[in-house]
Amino acid sequence: MSDCQNKGWSTKASDDVLLKRALMLKGIRSFFDANDVIEVETPLLSHYQTTDPHLDSLQSRFRDEVCFLNTSPEYAMKRLLASWKRPIYQICKAFRDDELGPNHNPEFTLLEWHRPGFDMQQLMAEVADLVKMLWPLANASDNGTPVFKSMSYQQAFEDFVGINPHQVTSLQCYQAAKAKNVDIPCGLTTDSYELNAWLDWLLTQLVLPAFDQSTFTFLYDYPAAQCSLAKVAMNEQQILVARRFELFYGQIELANGFHELTDADEQHRRFKLENTVRKHSGKRCARIDDNFIAALQFGLPECSGVAIGLDRLLMAVTQTPNIEHVLSFSWKRS
Amino acid sequence: MATYSTNQFKNGLKIILDNDPCSITENNVVKPGKGQAFNKIKAKNLRTGRVVERTFKSTESVEAADVDEMNVEYLYSDGEYWHFMEPSTFEQHAADAVAVGDAVKWLKGQEVCVMTLWDGSPLVITPPNFVELTVAQTDPGLKGDTAQGATKPATLETGTEVKVPLFINEGDILKIDTRNGEYVSRA
Repeated sequence: MSDCQNKGWSTKASDDVLLKRALMLKGIRSFFDANDVIEVETPLLSHYQTTDPHLDSLQSRFRDEVCFLNTSPEYAMKRLLASWKRPIYQICKAFRDDELGPNHNPEFTLLEWHRPGFDMQQLMAEVADLVKMLWPLANASDNGTPVFKSMSYQQAFEDFVGINPHQVTSLQCYQAAKAKNVDIPCGLTTDSYELNAWLDWLLTQLVLPAFDQSTFTFLYDYPAAQCSLAKVAMNEQQILVARRFELFYGQIELANGFHELTDADEQHRRFKLENTVRKHSGKRCARIDDNFIAALQFGLPECSGVAIGLDRLLMAVTQTPNIEHVLSFSWKRS
Repeated sequence: MATYSTNQFKNGLKIILDNDPCSITENNVVKPGKGQAFNKIKAKNLRTGRVVERTFKSTESVEAADVDEMNVEYLYSDGEYWHFMEPSTFEQHAADAVAVGDAVKWLKGQEVCVMTLWDGSPLVITPPNFVELTVAQTDPGLKGDTAQGATKPATLETGTEVKVPLFINEGDILKIDTRNGEYVSRA
């Protein structure tokens, strides 16, 4: 195969990586099989687009109706959970507009699973177990057990930025960036509504570069304003935080998980708020998925859920720096 | 005023930064998990040649630069302006000393240069990578001096001085690399 690797019709992935992708998928299925988590399939094509202000759905068409490729299978899986109430997982493709680069392909493979009865810490432990189980796929020289660290979003910002992210203003973020010689993005103002964008920027410029580059790091208890679909609760210092976590390998984000919000009214309110943010940044508002809200009204079991980008996990396991080299055919060659 | 949004950024796109036209040479999206995305770009200032780095919050827009490039033939200089012609249309463009810059060191006439136009006016003249020019004056090389790498100054027909090997004589035609101003070979 190596003879044709540079030809346009051929894959850019090595034989080794293609084989490891197959072994990874097989390993994931056996992991969940052993833990009695059931594989499900949900639609990739939906009547609804995402309301998330930082994501854009790719659009398609069925007969005369505009429809959308899913940005994640989360809503449909939660609808299954509401009626079925059993632990479920899915390996599927997800699609996101305008995401292309060394760590992004507009079409990518997600592993998502939901665990009724699990809190955030229990799910984080299971994520680590899964990654450890897959780690023997790594090259012989890096074998041994991967190192996992865990720190709260607040701790990370206090250590690496010198601010408490839950009690800070946009102006203070700007001052912290200036003090640490961080480049100030054009268009990022010190208006109060920009606070989350400031925290995101400081995260990429000061927090993630401070992570050990060959270590897995869980970041948890995000600012309440970045709750997305997570429950919000008081931490030990009586600060309201989102029970949300992300997993990074070095600086690359691999997974995002929630102790899932089960309150239908609160979820509906968040979707409407997201649409307001979309409008403000010049994006189209999205029709809210009524089926999903109805499922929450019916009753989602207390649960935690997580999505892992499998292409990026494969990049981490095989020490591949560009997503193009872990895909059979990336967007450019698709 | 035409603008580009960050999702239209790609290499070669011409935008205005710091009031100068620039060409994007690198565009990277920085995105922390689910959050706000940013575009980190490198761009070459087409007037000064300097590379600038800049970050944008995604969905920001930036002013487009109306920049064109075309091949033109150098005709002559009247002392104030340098005159170039578009070979296909015979249209003539006059560039001032700022636009011509260092290109003047290599131009004697009929060279095909790249002219960069900003809002219709000549911004930069880029000479061909290689030119062939005659040596107008140089001291004779010493007979038998074969020391490797030894050079002497030579003045070309355009008045520009270059370093040449000792065996070069007046009247020789030399091939010069205009990007670094170095002698390449005898033509």
